[in-house]
Amino acid sequence: MLADTITVLGVNHKTAPVEVRERLAFAGDCETPIRELKAIPGCDELCFLSTCNRVETFFVSRNKEATERAVREFLFAGSNMSLDEAAKYTYCHHGKDAVQHIFRVAASLDSMIVGEPQILGQMKQAFRESLERKCTGVIMNRLLNKAFSVAKRIRTETNIGSNAVSISYAAVELAKKIFGELKNKKVLLVGAGEMAELAAEHLINQGIAEVVVANRTLERAVNLARRFKGRAVGLSELVSQLVYVDILISSTGAPGLVLMKKDVKPIMRQRMNRPLFMIDIAVPRDLDPDLNTLDNIYLYDIDDLSQVVELNKSSRQEEAILAERIVAEETMKFVQWLETMDMTPTIVAIRKKADNIRATELAKTMNHLGALSPNEKKSIEILTTSIVNKILHDPILFLKNGSSVEESQELRLTLTRKLFGLDSELVSKDMP
Amino acid sequence: MSYLFFQVTVAIYILSTAAYVVYFVTQNKYARDVARLHILGAGIIHTACIVVRYIEAGHTPLVNNHEAVSFFAWSMTWAFLTFHWRYKVKNLGAFVSPVITALMLVSAFSSRTFPELPPALKSGWLPVHASIAIVANGFLALSFCGAVMYLLQERQIKRKNFGMFYSRLPSLDTLDNLNHHCLTVGFPLLTLGIVTGSIWAEQAWGSYWHWDPKETWSLITWFLYAALLHQRLTVGWRGRRAAIMAIIGFLAVLFTFWGVTYLLEGVHTYAG
Repeated sequence: MLADTITVLGVNHKTAPVEVRERLAFAGDCETPIRELKAIPGCDELCFLSTCNRVETFFVSRNKEATERAVREFLFAGSNMSLDEAAKYTYCHHGKDAVQHIFRVAASLDSMIVGEPQILGQMKQAFRESLERKCTGVIMNRLLNKAFSVAKRIRTETNIGSNAVSISYAAVELAKKIFGELKNKKVLLVGAGEMAELAAEHLINQGIAEVVVANRTLERAVNLARRFKGRAVGLSELVSQLVYVDILISSTGAPGLVLMKKDVKPIMRQRMNRPLFMIDIAVPRDLDPDLNTLDNIYLYDIDDLSQVVELNKSSRQEEAILAERIVAEETMKFVQWLETMDMTPTIVAIRKKADNIRATELAKTMNHLGALSPNEKKSIEILTTSIVNKILHDPILFLKNGSSVEESQELRLTLTRKLFGLDSELVSKDMP
Repeated sequence: MSYLFFQVTVAIYILSTAAYVVYFVTQNKYARDVARLHILGAGIIHTACIVVRYIEAGHTPLVNNHEAVSFFAWSMTWAFLTFHWRYKVKNLGAFVSPVITALMLVSAFSSRTFPELPPALKSGWLPVHASIAIVANGFLALSFCGAVMYLLQERQIKRKNFGMFYSRLPSLDTLDNLNHHCLTVGFPLLTLGIVTGSIWAEQAWGSYWHWDPKETWSLITWFLYAALLHQRLTVGWRGRRAAIMAIIGFLAVLFTFWGVTYLLEGVHTYAG
């Protein structure tokens, strides 16, 4: 079965804590993982998705056990974890389950914040990267394009996205619980990532007075600061800036902690103990977890924010049920399509049909001919068989070959099935 | 007459508390409006009740426990209503109204006989000193409620454990402001209460300060709040520490108000 060749292997916020995810994170570039995954034998088509909440590999392989093992080894290569330990945190879906999983991820049903819109863009980006490096084929292309259209369908047919709260939205809600009014509060963005930008936009909508951007490369900081009409500072000024700001959003790609408790403690005295809300959306984390033990400092990492979001989850539950139904429906459709895409059943069906005709017609003729010697009977049988085989030879060759022009494989199959009237039989057979 | 007014007032306070609790649990806006209307009504009738008792008693009704506690509840109600009028603090009523009702019940179960005014208290200073001191208590009680709310909310935000309080309590900043506001009104009144008391003492007993338990404990309370206010203004003490301090301060207020009267002997032990 063609459907069984599809596999999803990965970790997400549900299966692995942030400590584990941060050891797997591939910062920014998809180049290396895609190249290494592509080199794995048997990995025919692949797509690699890495966000703050998930690291997943979708692949199509005809030798899935071996490929799965190799992909697993690749994912955990840099984590110092044994494969057994790593297996605890990963999930692996095959066939129909894999298709369903991919649809759910794209539709943001599997997100930490159900309905958040960012994941679709991230997935499209991942697909584009794979496409550019020619790592995808008919199945992956169709699967992901379908996933995007399913996501769009769910967004229009359900309300799941309407009150969709992203991480940044959750952060804004919390900030309001701490500060009340966000007017004339100042925010410091550390690291100029996409998430930080989004959070800053949300805060500016709430009337934040000033945005300060601190980044390792000052140029990027200046660009971002200009967008928000704020100012840019170097990363070395981070601690001294803490005296003036009220909210800190950190999302650097740094491998270790950027801000330690002992650096911040003296700052609180200078701040006259005004509260400081720190949001760490980086994986691996930027901010010392012990900061939360200081008075008037409230530190939230990405897992903590998910709890805030948990609050409005129940209201979205009903919409989620509706969305799940759409996913199930579309998964079924896709698997059905995959089945028709299968070469072997089509060839078998053509042969069977031809052989049935041959056998029926032969039996009829035999009745008319009267007494024949066993040799004569055998000759006639051989004759009919070889006629059928000769006639079918070219259509079957047409079906099988031409794998060089992959885009037309689907077309060839549909054409052949129509030509031989295979699907009408299938339908009539399926009907009770 | 004052007896009837008092009964009605207690009943309305209880209704208001019930409505506030219902609002707190269900977040039903209708319950909130009922609660607000009732507490305002109770505050007005309570005022009338005190005026009537003044007329019936022929002296300021701040002499025995029944009268003093009732006036304490009245001060808290009006501290709440005036604060409410200026600022918005979500669900503050649900915390304040039970305290007021509890005070009213204490008052209701105390002896309501009209006491014979001891000669020492027959002075124009009685209404001035006693009412200022008790109004100060009202504001400090309000800051106590704010501090309890602050600690509840802060705990949830700090521990990232969001229960039913998280969405129902206002922001930390609002609660800290409440604490600050009540302190800046309550502390000067407390100071004034002590000053008027000592002037009155000089006139009645010949010396400003006797070190009698009530005076000593007032001074301890005054120092607690003075320390809190000082730290707040100089090094920016706020939040959790300020809230804990406000709670300790209010416990000292309560001890000064009752503990001294019932546990320790002194010149103030006329009440009871």
